[in-house]
Amino acid sequence: MNYDQKILEPNESVNMTDSATTAMNTESGTPKMTARHVDVFYGDKQAINDVSIDVNMDSVTAFIGPSGCGKSTFLRCMNRMNDTIPIARVTGEIKLEGEDIYASQMDVVQLRARVGMVFQKPNPFPKSIYDNIAYGPRIHGLATGKEELDEIVESSLQRAGLWGEVKDRLDDSGTALSGGQQQRLCIARAIAVDPEVILMDEPCSALDPIATAKIEELIHELRGKYAIVIVTHNMQQAARVSQKTAFFHLGTLVEYGETTDIFTNPREEKTRDYITGRYG
Amino acid sequence: MNSGTEHTVKAFDSDINELRGMVAEIGGRSEQAIAKAMRALENSDLDLAAEVVREDKLIDDLEKRIDELTFQTIALRAPMADDLRELIATFKISGVVERIGDYAKNIAKRVPLVTQTHRLRPISLLPSMSKIASELVRDSLDAFARRDAELAMEVNRRDQIVDDFYNSIFRAVITHMIENPKDIGEAAHLLFIAKNLERIGDHATNVAEMVYFAATGEPMPERTRGENPTTPLDEALSDEAD
Repeated sequence: MNYDQKILEPNESVNMTDSATTAMNTESGTPKMTARHVDVFYGDKQAINDVSIDVNMDSVTAFIGPSGCGKSTFLRCMNRMNDTIPIARVTGEIKLEGEDIYASQMDVVQLRARVGMVFQKPNPFPKSIYDNIAYGPRIHGLATGKEELDEIVESSLQRAGLWGEVKDRLDDSGTALSGGQQQRLCIARAIAVDPEVILMDEPCSALDPIATAKIEELIHELRGKYAIVIVTHNMQQAARVSQKTAFFHLGTLVEYGETTDIFTNPREEKTRDYITGRYG
Repeated sequence: MNSGTEHTVKAFDSDINELRGMVAEIGGRSEQAIAKAMRALENSDLDLAAEVVREDKLIDDLEKRIDELTFQTIALRAPMADDLRELIATFKISGVVERIGDYAKNIAKRVPLVTQTHRLRPISLLPSMSKIASELVRDSLDAFARRDAELAMEVNRRDQIVDDFYNSIFRAVITHMIENPKDIGEAAHLLFIAKNLERIGDHATNVAEMVYFAATGEPMPERTRGENPTTPLDEALSDEAD
């Protein structure tokens, strides 16, 4: 199939009668990740139907949609987290910097270092704050000595906006931190292995508004250094943190465009109904 | 604007419906104020003129209530897309319509000062001018109620007729002033009344522009003028009419 025929400009609405649900951003150079005609099946059930999308370096991309629309499933395809589910089957093509991530020679451990993930519930290792961050760089051999490792730990915690709060107690357990701090620790842990892409699956749903605001500020600061994709149920959050928004419904990508356009003047009726609270 | 589908949160719909009702009411009251002020002028009915001035208070109060509820709804419901556009439009329309009421009140206030103006020929144009200006007000608010972008565009086009009326009256009044210097005082009031009607037409187009934005999410395309101004006076008048 000639993929070029299916490529849409940002905000150009997807033709729902077309079998392919495709959207692409062409305005900011080469995309970091590209997905083309991705289908996902759990056993016989199709969870994702022909999704094509590009993720860029310079913008935060938000995936929104009602529960069960496939946004988390699709996110998990982007670093092969679905491999851990035996009945899950992914077809189509997902590339990171032009490299097919589902190719047989792809090292999945390496891939997940390049495409890091932050989950809904903060999940620090039951180890010290220091070791939570140092773990990844150690196993990936990113540091040659203690000094270098110290540096990675400090800079990762700095970037995650946590250094000031924990620098005097790096030996305390990561699990002893507050929920918001734990989530920032998880983000620092993802950053420590120098990823290219960070996937966040509802990273604030377990946090209070202040901790949420800190994560959102952090996302804002990390923008440009990493390609960031965030799945969120909170539309206000998508509106606040992202520059591009993709709306998923029943496993298809309904609309993908500039966040400001999606929230002020969506092209598709389904998107409009969802974001205005008319989804029944 | 919206598809008519109800919100999952029904209280949101009732807020929006209440606002739509109040916009319809403030629109109706302003239209009535224009009609009454003009009738008072034609019949030199000072009581009716006083009534228009008194009733303007109701329009002012409605504007306040609309603004409060819009503000509240935006704060509490965090509206998006067409809902957001409609609420922003409501907020702006209420202010504009309140101004229309003020112009009607201003016309009513001049009634006692122009009781003798029936000798002035240009006054015969005012009822037709006011009829069109009020039609614009009514149509712009109908367009809001029906989310009708086409009707909004049409209001915008028809405002040219009101502008043309104003230009003719302006010339006629100036001529009259030159010929009858003793009437200058009353003629000036007459000119202000025409100016008020012209401003009412402009405000109706402002409403129409907000309706267009709320309905389509895009700004209304610029109005294209029928003819180019030819003399400095034409130019000045046409600038004023903007």
